[in-house]
This record gives sequence, structure tokens and C-alpha cells, in this order.
Amino acid sequence: MKVAIVKYNAGNIGSVENAVRRLGIEPMVTDDAELIRSADRVIFPGQGEACSTMTYLKAHGLDEVIVNLKQPVLGICIGMQLLCRHSEEQDTDCLGVFDVEVKRFVPKVHEDKVPQMGWNTIEDTKSPLFKGFEKKEFVYFIHSFYVPTCDWTIASTNYIQPYSSALHKDNFYATQFHPEKSGAVGERILKNFMEL
Amino acid sequence: MLAKRIIPCLDIKDGQTVKGTNFVNLRQAGDPIELGKLYSEQGADELVYLDITASHEGRKTFTELVKRIAREINIPFTVGGGINELSDVDRLLNAGADKVSINSAALRRPELIDEIAKNFGSQVCVVAIDAKYNPLMGVEGLDWICYINGGRVPTEHQLFDWAKEANERGAGEILFTSMNHDGVKHGFADAALRKLTDSLTIPVIASGGAGAKEHFRDTFINGHSDAALAASVFHFGEIPIPELKLYLANEGVNVRL
Repeated sequence: MKVAIVKYNAGNIGSVENAVRRLGIEPMVTDDAELIRSADRVIFPGQGEACSTMTYLKAHGLDEVIVNLKQPVLGICIGMQLLCRHSEEQDTDCLGVFDVEVKRFVPKVHEDKVPQMGWNTIEDTKSPLFKGFEKKEFVYFIHSFYVPTCDWTIASTNYIQPYSSALHKDNFYATQFHPEKSGAVGERILKNFMEL
Repeated sequence: MLAKRIIPCLDIKDGQTVKGTNFVNLRQAGDPIELGKLYSEQGADELVYLDITASHEGRKTFTELVKRIAREINIPFTVGGGINELSDVDRLLNAGADKVSINSAALRRPELIDEIAKNFGSQVCVVAIDAKYNPLMGVEGLDWICYINGGRVPTEHQLFDWAKEANERGAGEILFTSMNHDGVKHGFADAALRKLTDSLTIPVIASGGAGAKEHFRDTFINGHSDAALAASVFHFGEIPIPELKLYLANEGVNVRL
């Protein structure tokens, strides 16, 4: 199986590369449009800030490449937020696969620390991405912006309020959490993605 | 609900795990990667690897070790020890670390915190603070002095002021080690931790003093700590992590099972 990991100016890409290798697959980390289009699976990962990453994607023509992909695509963290319509982070227009607005967490009490950093549960999971899970599983999050629950929500998490911890529409899948850092549960999610 | 985190800390010297009591008398405690993997399988929520060699040669060895950890470990890990400038941070994040922990360098030049936050994001910047109070001078919770150079040199910084400054400069987390409690195994410095957690807007990791399962419960419930770090009780199997987490869940602490 050919797996492409989209290379751009976001952090944490090496962690996804390592996680895919642990599944026994040697991924390509690339910004080459042809290599991305011809892959069986595409992962759009990263940790970073919406405006500078969108600017980079546009400058390299990767915005058009990503939205026109037909194979299963997995956006992770900032990758998920960039697949949405718009982000409150620096008032950024994003790729628009999911017609939803990315919002900033607003703390309600002192215990609501932003960013959310650590392990939280995913609930109401409805997707083959979560095949094999029987209880509320914990996954690893680190983010200051969130996607509200919407028509494409396939998992939700409660932090300050319930929000989308995973999305799905057509061939596009996305997780707000980091499967590459979520232990055995994360490994299973990545494996499920490869088996879609 | 966000879970309270259990974090084993591995002190690394010449590629091996060691653990000191009151910052001296180092004992060997195993291979860092094998130990990290074991902890991950047992349910550790994160790992901290501290390089206590900090010589030029040692630093290169440590960077290679960080690359291997990143390849093999599937949970987040923080690295620290000998980080003095932005290029050290860049090198360790590039090697695959999720976060870096800075200590003496931040006390010597606090702007380093701002620089890390600006260049890599607050989430990668853990500010570690080693502090000690004089029991003859007052009660716990007052007069905590920050130390540098592995707890050898006192500074003029007070714990609570310094933690607040680090928070405001862009630290993502505070890792507070009480030198009075470290290695003694009588519990964490929960009064000071509570004062920290209630005044800061970022998570606080409790460190120093773990000797029994109850100490973890106390620091989460009384100290309001977001995470608890320990070394020897894990390395020598005195408190198995699965047993600890079941105990905490039964005591009403939200942990990842």
C-alpha cells in the first residue's frame, strides 16, 4: 500500500511518519502533487497555526491537490481544522471540505485550561475508523481551537462543551486528536484507516 | 473529561536510566527504550526523559536516543537537560520529542520561554522548577526558593513569582519538583502545588515525593495537580502503573484506563 503524508510547514509530521512505520508501512513524506494523487491513502497531519499553514498550502498549490483527492484522506489536528470552511485563528479561510467554522475554546471556569492538553474520551463514535472499540476510549489531544458538532461528526469529546473530535464526509476523514500519539488505541485507528 | 496524567520520569546518563535520591547517589534502572515501551503498555500517559550528562558528547548521544524513542514510543514524551538555547530546542523537536523541558537556562535568561513559545508554540515548552523551602524559616507554602544546576545553586527567584512569570511568558506547563520532598517518599508538596494550580492558567505537573498510591490521589485531589511524575517507585516496581490507575479510578480520580 502506498501512503503519502503531506509535507508542509506544520510540526509533528515526523511523529505520523514513525507511527505509520510502526504499522509496517513505509510512507512517503512529500509535497509532490503526482505522488500525493497516486497514493492509496493520504494523511494530512500537523500541529501549527491556521493562517501560516494555509498560506503555505496555497503558495505550493497543495490546496487544490488536497480538496480534489478521491482516495481516503485523513486530516489530523491542524489538518482537520484546515479541511473546514474557516477558522477563527487569524480569521483564516480554509479548504472547505467540511462546511463548518473552527472556533477558539473560551474557558468557563479556572479548570478550563487552553490549550486542552492530554487524554480525553471519544464518544458517540460512528465510523469504521473506530472499529473494534467497545468502551469510551481515551485519545491524546493538544489544541486551542475546536470544531463544533455538525452533520459530519463521527466522534465527539467534551471539553468546556461537546465538540467534534472526528469528522467524515465522502473520502475525507479527520481527527482532532493525535492517533500517532494515542498508544494502542491510536494505532488501531490508523490501522482501521488503512483498511477502509 | 480530561484525565489526570501519570508520568514516569527517566533520568538518562550515558544512554542508561538512573535515579537519584535527593539529587545524589545515582542507581542504575534499565534501558530507556525498553522501559519507556513497558510504561506505555502499562498505561503511562506521557514520559519524561531527562539528560543528566549534559556534556557535549553526552548531548549528541542523547539526541540519537531521542530519535530512537520517537520511532518506538507511541505516547507523547518530553525531553530535558542541558537545553540552553533555541537551537537545542530545534534539534530535540526535530529528533521527534513532543515537548522540551527547560530549567536553569530559563532562570538565567527568561526570554528563552518567549522565544520557544513564539517559534514552536507554547505547547512544546515545559518549564521545570526545582525549589526548596527552609523548614526552620516558616511553614510549607511560603518562602520557596528556586534552584539551578540540578538543585545545587540557589537563585533569588521565589517559586510562585517565577511560575507566574513563566506562565505569562508563554510556558505550556510547569513541572514543579520540591527538593524537600524528592526521594523522601512521604508524598508530594500538595500545599505548594495547590497554590500553583489555583493561580496559574496552565497545567502543573507534581514531582518529588511519590512513595505510595495514596500520594498520587492526594496530589490530584488536594494539590489540584494536573499530572504527577515519579521515577523510582515505577522503575523498581514498587508501584505498578496498572494497579495505581485502578486505585485512582476507585478513589474517584479521572484517569485513562
